[in-house]
Amino acid sequence: MLSALGQSSLRIVSEAGDLARFTVRGFYSAVGSRRLGRRLARSVYEQGVRCVPVILIVGLFTGLVLGLQAYHTLNRFGSSALLGPLVALTLIRELAPVLAALMLVGQAGSALTAELGIQRNSEQIDALETMGIDPFGFLVAPRLLAALIVFPIMTAFFALVGLIGGWLSACILLPLAGNVYWASIDNAVKGADVSECLVKALVFGALTIALCCHNGFNAHRRTGATGARAVSASTTRAVVFSSIGVLAADYLITSLLV
Amino acid sequence: MSETATAPLLATRSLVKRFGSQVVLADVTLEVPRGRVLAIIGKSGTGKSVLLKCLAGVLPHDGGEVLFEGRPLGANAPEASGAESLAAFRRRCSYLFQGNALLDSLTAWENVALPLEQATLLPKAEIRLRVSEALHRLELETDATRYPSQMSGGMQKRLALARALVTRPEIVLFDEPTAGLDPLRRNAVFALIAHAQREFGFTAVVVTHDLPEALASCDHLALLDQGRIRFSGTPAEFAATPDPVVASFRDSPAALARDIAALRAGAALPADLG
Amino acid sequence: MQPSPVKYTRLDLAVGTFVLAGLAALVFLAVKIGGGALVAVDTTTVRARFTNLGGLAPGASVLISGVAVGQVEKVELDERYAAVATLRVRRDLKLPADTFAAIRSSGLIGDKHIALSPGSEDILLQPGELITDTESAVDLESLISRFAFGGVKDKGDGK
Repeated sequence: MLSALGQSSLRIVSEAGDLARFTVRGFYSAVGSRRLGRRLARSVYEQGVRCVPVILIVGLFTGLVLGLQAYHTLNRFGSSALLGPLVALTLIRELAPVLAALMLVGQAGSALTAELGIQRNSEQIDALETMGIDPFGFLVAPRLLAALIVFPIMTAFFALVGLIGGWLSACILLPLAGNVYWASIDNAVKGADVSECLVKALVFGALTIALCCHNGFNAHRRTGATGARAVSASTTRAVVFSSIGVLAADYLITSLLV
Repeated sequence: MSETATAPLLATRSLVKRFGSQVVLADVTLEVPRGRVLAIIGKSGTGKSVLLKCLAGVLPHDGGEVLFEGRPLGANAPEASGAESLAAFRRRCSYLFQGNALLDSLTAWENVALPLEQATLLPKAEIRLRVSEALHRLELETDATRYPSQMSGGMQKRLALARALVTRPEIVLFDEPTAGLDPLRRNAVFALIAHAQREFGFTAVVVTHDLPEALASCDHLALLDQGRIRFSGTPAEFAATPDPVVASFRDSPAALARDIAALRAGAALPADLG
Repeated sequence: MQPSPVKYTRLDLAVGTFVLAGLAALVFLAVKIGGGALVAVDTTTVRARFTNLGGLAPGASVLISGVAVGQVEKVELDERYAAVATLRVRRDLKLPADTFAAIRSSGLIGDKHIALSPGSEDILLQPGELITDTESAVDLESLISRFAFGGVKDKGDGK
């Protein structure tokens, strides 16, 4: 029992080390990788452009619900003027980076894990190596770099749409005055809140996409499953660990920054 | 090293490869003569593909050495030069995977252009010329914008061959280039390998099950059996050797005819099936 | 024969639009919502003395007629143990010398802020000059106790 605990914690620590090495190598291999721009554009398309609808929809509904809940709670204290700051700060500091990251993991991260896993399975990654092409530079680097571009942008989209959602529910569906809502947001949100939001988005992006790449890239190293099963197991694991990672990292960053 | 000029282009010395406790290659010592076509034959599951992957450095080996021009090669070569010589080796070597290993998100054209664009410094015009030449040679010029998934198995094989040859390699490793092809295509692939080999003068290692085709088109044969090289020599020597394992391979068409005849006569199945 | 470039330009177009819209969203978030951290606005300071800050902290807004014009930079005590808040406000305000400063809160449990009411004098406040005409924070507890014990008409918690 004790040794099992020791073993599993040892495994977690060495996996974390492996992931860190993988990530560093992934970023580093971008140096000197040829025609990286085209692959980067494709990755931005897959992680970013294709996920815009889901981010906008989820962001809008998050804002709508926040506005609705906050209005009814604050109204009891006669402080519905605080609704704007509450919605804005919750969105910008917590919900936008976290929920955007979770949605991106679900849509883009899982897809890229499966893609890399299949490329590993069908020996495409080995083929790159035999052609003298660094598979890190070719496959991992553009995805990691795309994450650094996509995650802050998606987080900003999420936050802005969420603010609009909050305004819709509080000022259109409920009787709060629109100018009070926007003015109070303007007053309450500081530059530090926005930079906290962006720091989180960058960290979540690098963390989750590195986890997804790592799991897909090493699908063949999975014990207990081979072939298509290894791909599905890697994808599941990538999504689960990325989601846990986002929330754990969120707590860490919040406690460090606030 | 002084032996570079005389050493075989590619060789293994006491190569060992294990997967867990299972020993796949026990002790493989093999020489690939420069400018020749070597066929590696053997039963399914004897580690022919594993041997080829160890040769290419795709799989790390557990013991022994892979020598390229007399120098140890691969990630677990003893000295630090291992990685460096592996890179040099890869610039001069192509590998045709059994499953083709085409990049499925790229078109035929992009697949063939990939090794030139990514691993060489050739100008764009030269790349374009070489790619269209390679596609033309394999009769794929009308399929340049199609994706591998839109192609038949034979076309994919030809495309993989085009990609392997477009870099004008000195060594080409073929992992069952005829797997899943009809007899006509099979002959065509062997003819193509022999033809391209004459044209470019590369050294080829072909892992195959097709004994008649291999005998007809290869300069050397090596028989892998139970993790060791059981036989190595020319097709003529192959035909003459009294070794029982070689004989069983050599005579398998005749043996099949015999078994069928016996079956028709009502005998039981031969015990040594598989 | 060669791959058609159309597919890539369409992808590039989508990616380019995405990145540009994203940058616009980021800049909007940082500048408009995040309070202009990126644009340096020319500012100056004035000070205001209060008898009770009532929880006013550095970072609180400074408003004129409800419009944000600056922030509380720091709060300290003077030699007579009165609270002095340093306000960083826009330089182009041209506040008259008889400007009145009051600590207000938005809603019952809302944030404290300072509301400035510019006076009518021609002499302007100089940078760093002290506003003495102020109204301190309303002490809720004393207000409630006064209400409970019947002294509510005496509103004199002022200056």
